[in-house]
Amino acid sequence: MTTEASQPAMVSIRVTLNGTEQEASVEPRLLLVHFIRETLNLTGTHIGCDTTHCGACTILLDGTPVKSCTIFAVQADGREITTVEGLAAGGVLHPIQAAFTEEHGLQCGFCTPGMMLTGVAFLENNPDPSEAEIRRAISGNLCRCTGYVNIIKAYQSAAAKLRERGA
Amino acid sequence: MTMRTPPEIGGMGHSVPRKEDPRFLQGKGNYVDDVKLPGMLHLDIVRSPLAHARITSINAEKALAIPGVLAVITGKDLEQYNLAWMPTLMSDLQMVLPVDTVKFDGQEVAAVLATDRYTAADGVSAVEVEYEPLEPVVNPFRALEADSPIVREDKEEKTNHIWHWEAGDRSSTDRAFSRSAVTVKEDIYIPRIHVSSIETCGCVAQWDAVQEKLTVWMTTQAPHAIRTVIALVAGHLGLAEHKIRVISPDIGGGFGGKVPVYPGYVLAIAASFLTGHPVKWVEDRMENLMADSFARDYHIAAEVAARQDGTMEALRIKTVADHGYTDAACNPSQFPAGLFHICTGSYDFKDAFVEVDGVYTNKPPGGIAYRCSFRVTEAVYAVERMADIVAHQLNIDPAEFRMKNFVKPESFPYRSVLGWEYDSGDYQGALERAMEIIDYPALRREQAERRDRGELMGIGISSFTEIVGAGPSRHFDILGIKMFDSADIRIHPTGKAIARFGTKSQGQGHETTYAQIIAEELGIPASDITVEEGDTDTAPYGLGTYASRSTPTAGAAAAVASRKILDKARTIASYLLDVSEEDLEWEPGKFSVRGAPDRARTIQEIAFAAYTDHPLGMEAGLEAHSSYDPPNLTYPFGSYICAVDIDKGTGEVKIRRFVAVDDCGNVINPMIVEGQVHGGLTMGLAPALLEEMVYDENGNNLTGTFMDYLLPTAVETPVWETDRTVTPSPHHPLGAKGIGESATVGAPAAIANAVVDALWHLGVRNIDIPITSAKVWQALRDAGVDE
Ligand code: FES
Ligand code: FES
Repeated sequence: MTTEASQPAMVSIRVTLNGTEQEASVEPRLLLVHFIRETLNLTGTHIGCDTTHCGACTILLDGTPVKSCTIFAVQADGREITTVEGLAAGGVLHPIQAAFTEEHGLQCGFCTPGMMLTGVAFLENNPDPSEAEIRRAISGNLCRCTGYVNIIKAYQSAAAKLRERGA
Repeated sequence: MTMRTPPEIGGMGHSVPRKEDPRFLQGKGNYVDDVKLPGMLHLDIVRSPLAHARITSINAEKALAIPGVLAVITGKDLEQYNLAWMPTLMSDLQMVLPVDTVKFDGQEVAAVLATDRYTAADGVSAVEVEYEPLEPVVNPFRALEADSPIVREDKEEKTNHIWHWEAGDRSSTDRAFSRSAVTVKEDIYIPRIHVSSIETCGCVAQWDAVQEKLTVWMTTQAPHAIRTVIALVAGHLGLAEHKIRVISPDIGGGFGGKVPVYPGYVLAIAASFLTGHPVKWVEDRMENLMADSFARDYHIAAEVAARQDGTMEALRIKTVADHGYTDAACNPSQFPAGLFHICTGSYDFKDAFVEVDGVYTNKPPGGIAYRCSFRVTEAVYAVERMADIVAHQLNIDPAEFRMKNFVKPESFPYRSVLGWEYDSGDYQGALERAMEIIDYPALRREQAERRDRGELMGIGISSFTEIVGAGPSRHFDILGIKMFDSADIRIHPTGKAIARFGTKSQGQGHETTYAQIIAEELGIPASDITVEEGDTDTAPYGLGTYASRSTPTAGAAAAVASRKILDKARTIASYLLDVSEEDLEWEPGKFSVRGAPDRARTIQEIAFAAYTDHPLGMEAGLEAHSSYDPPNLTYPFGSYICAVDIDKGTGEVKIRRFVAVDDCGNVINPMIVEGQVHGGLTMGLAPALLEEMVYDENGNNLTGTFMDYLLPTAVETPVWETDRTVTPSPHHPLGAKGIGESATVGAPAAIANAVVDALWHLGVRNIDIPITSAKVWQALRDAGVDE
């Protein structure tokens, strides 16, 4: 077979990652999660499945939580990405990060980045959620360690912190 | 428990915030897949689509034609290096890659090495393998029939029976049964399940040909044992133990699934060895579900003999254990069925006999725990289900029935008829507490009222005894290595410290709790203590973290090593204060002169003196090591009560309340203990209602993704109501017991008992877990309920 023919054409894309512009040329089939982890070397975004179930790969794309294992890097061209590395500002933890540690909402930490990013977007739209709403909001993020109880508490506490900050 | 240290020191009993959190919260954890080395290659695996087949050809031509694919490795290649097979921890053999036949759906068939992971995956799809199907053996009972196909033709003995194991006195138990007024029998299947930590397994192997040193970053719960295994398996290739460094970095959940050696690890190591490049192998979820170690898969026939008044007298259990194509369980060598003979549980049986037969089938190997000590959930589930069935049959309230049969608080240390010596317990106390929290009498009244109205509500109890902390070296070893664990503590001149351990946290928070133990013993603030684990070049040898053994073994070692340091500190203090050691008083953080409390030296001052001004003739420095060989296991326990409502129309089971009272002795960090219980309860709920690895009659795995293998989400998980009683372990230096797995062990029976309790009056005696809506719906229809 002719090797050239099988080489996929590279596509050049530009994204804003945690506030910084990044440019790269990528294979069209490259998943966004691999682009973030391997091309841009931010490994806080994790991979836990191949069927869009676990949410370990959740990032914010223009502010909306997206499972980055289920979209291609080229689809993020021209858009803004927030990963866990972009949550703390100026050395100060984001309220949801502070809440996760205070409420012991993490154990192995593998699901945590995705859990927090889902939470950031959710609490923006729903600043005072009920427990049932929180449970539904995180039903696309699996955690094998915590039993969710403390994650829910962390969401509630982060909501309170954010309301206070907004007030 | 009264706390000996103030919050600034943060010893035992304080909910100290976790030291590991800042990095996890900011995306700065370092998990295996985060390791990236220059020149690193990627390995991916071709897998079998058939459960039993002969490989007639493997054609790698098309794969090798893909730019970036560097090699395709087959079993024949490995055979040349005597690496096609590797030993399992149970002294069986497992294929790294098959030379002629495949034995399960999803088995590794060939490995593709490429420059990046996408190209490696392309290579995998381009490898052409031809198979000649063989008849698969799927059902373990069929496997034991004389005309069954043989799974392991490679073995001399042509049988699918692996081993027979038994404990207890068969004839006295049989006699007890024959004279008993009431005998109850039930067949209970505890299905095959999978731990499915959210991080899958993987490694990065780096062979440095110049230094002749192998470094492997690996998702392993037992790095030191793995290093020894590599040295034993690959010693003939020149890999000696001092030239092997296993690093277990941050681990995204283990639960037993990261104890075994998987073929992928061996292949990555071999590939790095052969190419001189670092090689990464990280499995995807489907590979993880289809090929990594399973748990459980016990077909149990249980019988209880009892008196009419509800006193249980004898227990008889016969079990067929489906091990898949090889016995790759991770049990201590002397216990092929793990600690299954803890099956008399919290009850004072006078006679018991238990036997297990291990069987080969065409399924993946394993037999690891699923967040439980070796086969303890199986034991607890069996006895707790049986207790409920007997109670119901005799029309005795299950709580009253348990109270009557419990080992009494004054009987500890208690010697069970199957040979265990329970260290401490107050089973009655835990159940009473749970009944009080849930208001058991009111719940029973409500149940009666609802039943009158035709509604289905059930209450289930599980009063379990765990057995963790393997283990005393007399009985516990893995591949002959005694199951001690270790701590190395070094106090720096400025009074700060580093401590290293032979265990490996996978989320349990060892960096925090071990520091708290040292803080408790030495009065050095926990925040001044760095804890490290997982690097075999720096950490002391230990057997690792599984079966809730870290606190019972390495935690004890931390206390013992601290006490050695304290002894030396006392000598230094007496020298500095110029008084005899007997005249010194210790309070956490300082020695003072009895009667003259102003004359004192802090532990930090003593540490400085250990390097700058120590007594003549004494070695400088302040450090100690302990390899702790526990005198006994620890026996945590608890009582759980679950209340369920069942929808008659759909069969759906809704957990309305779940109260969990645990007792793990003295508590190091209450916040972490509670977190462990929450997680354990959820992994108890999972097999009770959702999870099962399902195979069709051809041995095809039907549950290879999270679409069909159902982990609980936050929606299915109820609110867990937790509480504690405290019965210290008399032999552990801190009075502590393990806690990571109690809830996984105790919870399934509480849920199953609740469901059956709701349906008993309809004639339902048992529904095997997972109790799906479909099974309940069917049971209701069979009982003539239609709505
Ligand atoms: S890795 Fe994206 S959902 Fe699981
Ligand atoms: S903390 Fe381990 S998976 Fe959530």
